[in-house]
Amino acid sequence: MNDLAAVARETGSMGDKKMPIGEKRQLDFQSDVKEYQTIGTPFVDNAKMSARNVNIFYAEKQAILDVSLDVGCHEVLAMIGPSGCGKSTFLRALNRMNDIIPICKVEGNITLDNEDIYESEQDTVLLRARVGMVFQKPNPFPKSIYENVAYGPRIHGLAQSKAEMDEIVELSLRRAGLFGEVKDQLDKPGTGLSGGQQQRLCIARAIAVNPEVILMDEPCSALDPIASARIEELIDEIKENYTIAIVTHSMQQAARVSQRTAYFHLGKLIEVGSTKEIFTNPKHQLTENYITGRFG
Amino acid sequence: MSERSSVQTTAAIRASLKKRYARERRFQWYGRVAVSIGFVFLFILLSDIFIKGTPAFTQHFIKLSISFDTDELGISQQATPDEIAGADYAAVVKSSLRAMFPGVISSKEKKQLYRLISLSAEYTLRDMVIADPKLIGTNSEIWLLAHSEAGSYLKGQVGADRPESERRVKDVQIVWLDTLREDGRTESRFNSTFFLAGDSREPEMAGIRAGLYGSFFTMLVTFFLAFPIGVMAAIYLEEFAPRNRLTDLIEININNLAAVPSIVFGLLGLAVFINFFGLPRSAPLVGGLVMALMTLPTIVITSRAAIQAVSPSIREAAMGVGASKIQTVFHHVLPIAMPGILTGSIIGMAHALGETAPLLMIGMVAFIMDAPSGLTDPSTVLPVQIYLWADSPERGFTEKTSAAIMVLMGFLVLMNALAIYLRRRFELK
Repeated sequence: MNDLAAVARETGSMGDKKMPIGEKRQLDFQSDVKEYQTIGTPFVDNAKMSARNVNIFYAEKQAILDVSLDVGCHEVLAMIGPSGCGKSTFLRALNRMNDIIPICKVEGNITLDNEDIYESEQDTVLLRARVGMVFQKPNPFPKSIYENVAYGPRIHGLAQSKAEMDEIVELSLRRAGLFGEVKDQLDKPGTGLSGGQQQRLCIARAIAVNPEVILMDEPCSALDPIASARIEELIDEIKENYTIAIVTHSMQQAARVSQRTAYFHLGKLIEVGSTKEIFTNPKHQLTENYITGRFG
Repeated sequence: MSERSSVQTTAAIRASLKKRYARERRFQWYGRVAVSIGFVFLFILLSDIFIKGTPAFTQHFIKLSISFDTDELGISQQATPDEIAGADYAAVVKSSLRAMFPGVISSKEKKQLYRLISLSAEYTLRDMVIADPKLIGTNSEIWLLAHSEAGSYLKGQVGADRPESERRVKDVQIVWLDTLREDGRTESRFNSTFFLAGDSREPEMAGIRAGLYGSFFTMLVTFFLAFPIGVMAAIYLEEFAPRNRLTDLIEININNLAAVPSIVFGLLGLAVFINFFGLPRSAPLVGGLVMALMTLPTIVITSRAAIQAVSPSIREAAMGVGASKIQTVFHHVLPIAMPGILTGSIIGMAHALGETAPLLMIGMVAFIMDAPSGLTDPSTVLPVQIYLWADSPERGFTEKTSAAIMVLMGFLVLMNALAIYLRRRFELK
């Protein structure tokens, strides 16, 4: 991980130099181009979630253009790209969080274990229990720490007894690396914790339901570097058990935590591949510009 | 635009600073003056009410030596309970007064002498004798309620220096009252009648009990109708209803309803509840229904605002762990919105508590002596009682009016305190 981060830093520092662009695929990138062939390896063999030809619209405005992408089982997929490129929109489409927004319309095909999640019979409650989410801003419920974690299991009826619930809460907090810090104040409000602790509480809350996939929408953007590092460690630890898709603005973070990286630009999936590949040898000019810090 | 050096810019900004700060100070002063004027008027209003109303919380009693003489009472030696109940207790009071002031001979003077004691005296005596029939044939010193005019003289509200024709307490009465006072036969006590009695034609016998009970029952109906319906409507409109022309129309109409004059709701109540559904006139049930209609828009609007103010991130968080829409609303949105909803509802209720106009239309303006014991009994409410008393010419009712206003304001303050308390309690959780 660390050497990759070093690579990312190095490539970043080279940004000012004029790079030879001969072998790179040079594109005059037009946002109105409807057809675009993603470079790299969007598809994997052991896909947990698969998106095929996904278009997402906010009223008339198209936010995602014909994106096809797999999230492999037990991998961390990072999605990067400049602001407004649609990566968060795409992420939120994976557990139908966009349904809350009335003007948002999703076309195409997204599957979880080969089941179409946008089918009319698909239950969003079940889907969101299977595909958990951690948001950009820590958003614990204004209830006790215990209640925050216990809420998901309680509404899904995952615990038969108080003891079982205690166990779930403790295990989730332990996995989120928060138990040691809060074990004596489980009845204190979750909103009273520090920003980093709140975010780990939110992760614990997501883990408590034991989802198959966890979506993270810029989970560290509101945190200081130390708290961010703690979350990154955490992602590294929990990826054994969960499939994780993370949207991030920090290239270093993407380099550190993910196995695969997808680069989005103006609603299109430009390039996707192994994280090492993307950060050391980006194929597309836009990807290179972005990771070397020329824009973004 | 000519080029400016940064030094010139700094100088220009510095020159404008003084003006800018002066403007801010001026604005602050406007605010302070406005607040002070408000406070002055509030102070004048409140002190006027307090000065006028406080005397109503005491009333004077006069001690008479009453002889329960069977001849005077007009009953036989072995009186039956029926006889005792129907005996002439007024005669006993009168003879006692005559015995105390033997110089009074002319019937005109006698009339004035009898006016020292409240008409309620005979009921007081009757109740005493019914409770203890052994009193018949004995003499005892008994404190009896003074007539309101005598009472107002004893309270010092009637200036003896004013010409006799300008006051209701006559010179002779003043002499008698002064004599009684010197003999230690007058006493000022806490006015429990004011809280325990219903309305009466005699100021000293009038109380707010009927109004209080009426207000209580009316508010009960209002609360149990308007609160659940209003909050549910707000939740549905805010969280579940699709955004289309119909819901827009409903929203506009709810806002318009909040601005409809309250008397229109009274007319509606009269036409629909009384004339069409045949519900009883003057009843707290109908009053509560009308008030519920009146407060509903307020509750819906404030509840919607409170629900809208709940951060979307909480909704996302709940949905993110797989809560259904209704679980999200009831487990997370509603508890957070509750302080706002309660504040709005209680303010709406307080508004309804002080409302008079619509109740006039449905007959709650009637002269009611007994407190209602149910939702369909004829009754009045506190503000209507105030309105009725304010209309009465007797001096005694002036202070009663102010005192009733004080009680009403006390309840309003209490309700607002409750709103604040509930808000704090819910916010801490």
